[in-house]
Amino acid sequence: MAETLLKIEGLKTYFFTEAGIVKAVDGMSFDVRKGESLGLVGESGSGKSVTALSVLRIVPKPGKIVEGKIEFKGVNLLEKSEKEMQALRGSEIALIFQDPSSSLNPVYNVEKQLRDVLLAHKSVPKEETHEKIIELLSLVGIPDPEIRMREFPHQFSGGMKQRVAIARALALQPTLLFADEPTTALDVTIQAQVLELLEDLKSKMGMSLVMITHDMGIIAKMTTRVVVMYAGNVCEIAKTDDLFAYPKHPYTALLLAAVPRLDRRKTLSIIPGNIPNLIEPPSGCRFHPRCKYAKERCSDTTPVLEQVGPDHFVACFESANIILKGES
Amino acid sequence: MFDSGFIQVKHLVKYFPVYSTGVLAKKQVGQVHAVDDITFNINKQETFALVGESGCGKTTTARLILNLIAPTSGEVIVDGENIFEKFNSSNKEEKLKIRRKMQMVFQNPYGSLDPRMTVSDIISEPFVIHGHLEKEKRSERVYELLKLVGLEEYHAERYPHEFSGGQRQRICIARALAVEPEFIVADEPVSSLDVSIRAQILNLMGDLQKNMGLTYLYISHDLSSVRQISQRVGVMYLGEIVELADTDELFDNPLHPYTQALIESVPIPDPKVKNIKARLKGEVPSPITPPAGCRFNPRCSKATGECSLKRPELKLVGKGHYLACT
Repeated sequence: MAETLLKIEGLKTYFFTEAGIVKAVDGMSFDVRKGESLGLVGESGSGKSVTALSVLRIVPKPGKIVEGKIEFKGVNLLEKSEKEMQALRGSEIALIFQDPSSSLNPVYNVEKQLRDVLLAHKSVPKEETHEKIIELLSLVGIPDPEIRMREFPHQFSGGMKQRVAIARALALQPTLLFADEPTTALDVTIQAQVLELLEDLKSKMGMSLVMITHDMGIIAKMTTRVVVMYAGNVCEIAKTDDLFAYPKHPYTALLLAAVPRLDRRKTLSIIPGNIPNLIEPPSGCRFHPRCKYAKERCSDTTPVLEQVGPDHFVACFESANIILKGES
Repeated sequence: MFDSGFIQVKHLVKYFPVYSTGVLAKKQVGQVHAVDDITFNINKQETFALVGESGCGKTTTARLILNLIAPTSGEVIVDGENIFEKFNSSNKEEKLKIRRKMQMVFQNPYGSLDPRMTVSDIISEPFVIHGHLEKEKRSERVYELLKLVGLEEYHAERYPHEFSGGQRQRICIARALAVEPEFIVADEPVSSLDVSIRAQILNLMGDLQKNMGLTYLYISHDLSSVRQISQRVGVMYLGEIVELADTDELFDNPLHPYTQALIESVPIPDPKVKNIKARLKGEVPSPITPPAGCRFNPRCSKATGECSLKRPELKLVGKGHYLACT
């Protein structure tokens, strides 16, 4: 088994709002291995983005990491000083955001935005930044980099902007890259280009990629292992092939059955009810109000992740008693 | 071609003017070829899907069919009536009569419901406008509609902000159904909803169609959901329909290089199927100065010299399968 690069244990990130405490991430545990592509899948409000922000310690106010451990290369990031974190962001752990139009600075040209990253970490001598920027832009497939680097974000299309954002994230050759819904704002043909680029760069640079998405198709294509999240908790962790073939958590199985596929017609099953409110989440297993297998204890005790197979973990009391249908 | 059907769209064209950004004189400097000579039909009680990437003209087509914007040229015939003529010549009452046949469900249920109206007000507003239901019967009908879309009576007195996205989309559907329309345009009705909620709304739309004999124009960029709910599909690229066929035929046997590339771009939620390939290089050209000839030719791997000279017409190539490609 590959070495563990990032280990998250019992992470809790809460948002202290006027309406109450939003438990966006409430007891997350999983690890990221060296060189792997891990998927983080869940619906809105499941806590996937907040998890990435927590690792980088850039949770916006009124959010706060209240508990847990985030070990990166064996060191707990939560004990580091802000200065130490700054040195780490970008150079060791980088993040690509969902919407490239708002993650790039509109008043600086692309060259300046990339140069800032390079110089902030002093990774490249000043004289060489120009060459390095051209190299980065051609790496992400932007034609005529010497001309385009002087242009501003609004002069780029959505797909090209995301390429710039990827170039910026990869400028310092991080060992861990979080991609938070990197293609949601893009058209499908452009999405295919960007996904292909990410896959290509990942294998070239040997980094670990955490793909955050709600799209089961992207999970199937891009990842080797998956963490399924629901309402701030982890429901299931498995190898991608196993997850699609033998899901063990009722939520995973329902999610798979609810997603239409392009290569054939299927009857879409419905997940009844709605995503819970995270100020007062359901007691016990957070999925129990929507789960047809729920028994009494599901509503009063919170299930913990238990190993059910090689590299397969599930947080469900009933998983041994039920047989779920997979997708493949 | 396409001479029958509940809705017939004939040589529909819509150009939007583009003005220079001068301070004093506003001068037209060009036009966006949003929809450029498209022809198709929608049969009664079927779901016809229009697919394509952003900017291809799907939504403009829908707005033209509903006569929310005026076309540059072309005709739309709904149930035997030329609606543009009808709208230009008739009085208010007759216009309302046409409107009652056709309704729309919008993409974003957060923007399409008035936050200051209760659900009951929202759903009964069509009754007020069309006056087709006596006052006494209105509240009862609101309850019926709420049940029809899977909501409860007590929801009627609440405001939109008290509902989740999926529930709001149900309210939008109930409002569209209030005038008992025959035809509903659903413009990306599930794309702003969560995955687990999408299936609920798609299935609801399917059930309503079966029970009420509705005809749908389903507009989406999500090809997987199109395969799921539509009977026929038209693929649009830069304002034109490049291919049109029965759904299964289109997905199993796509003929246009653009359709093929589009289908291959969609990741399938099954790790055993490693289908996706980024076949298309580059991006969609500007609709202000679309390429000459076939609009897809600069990105097409099979393009020949001829493709940039002559614009291919949509022609029948198989049973119900139309293609615009030489």
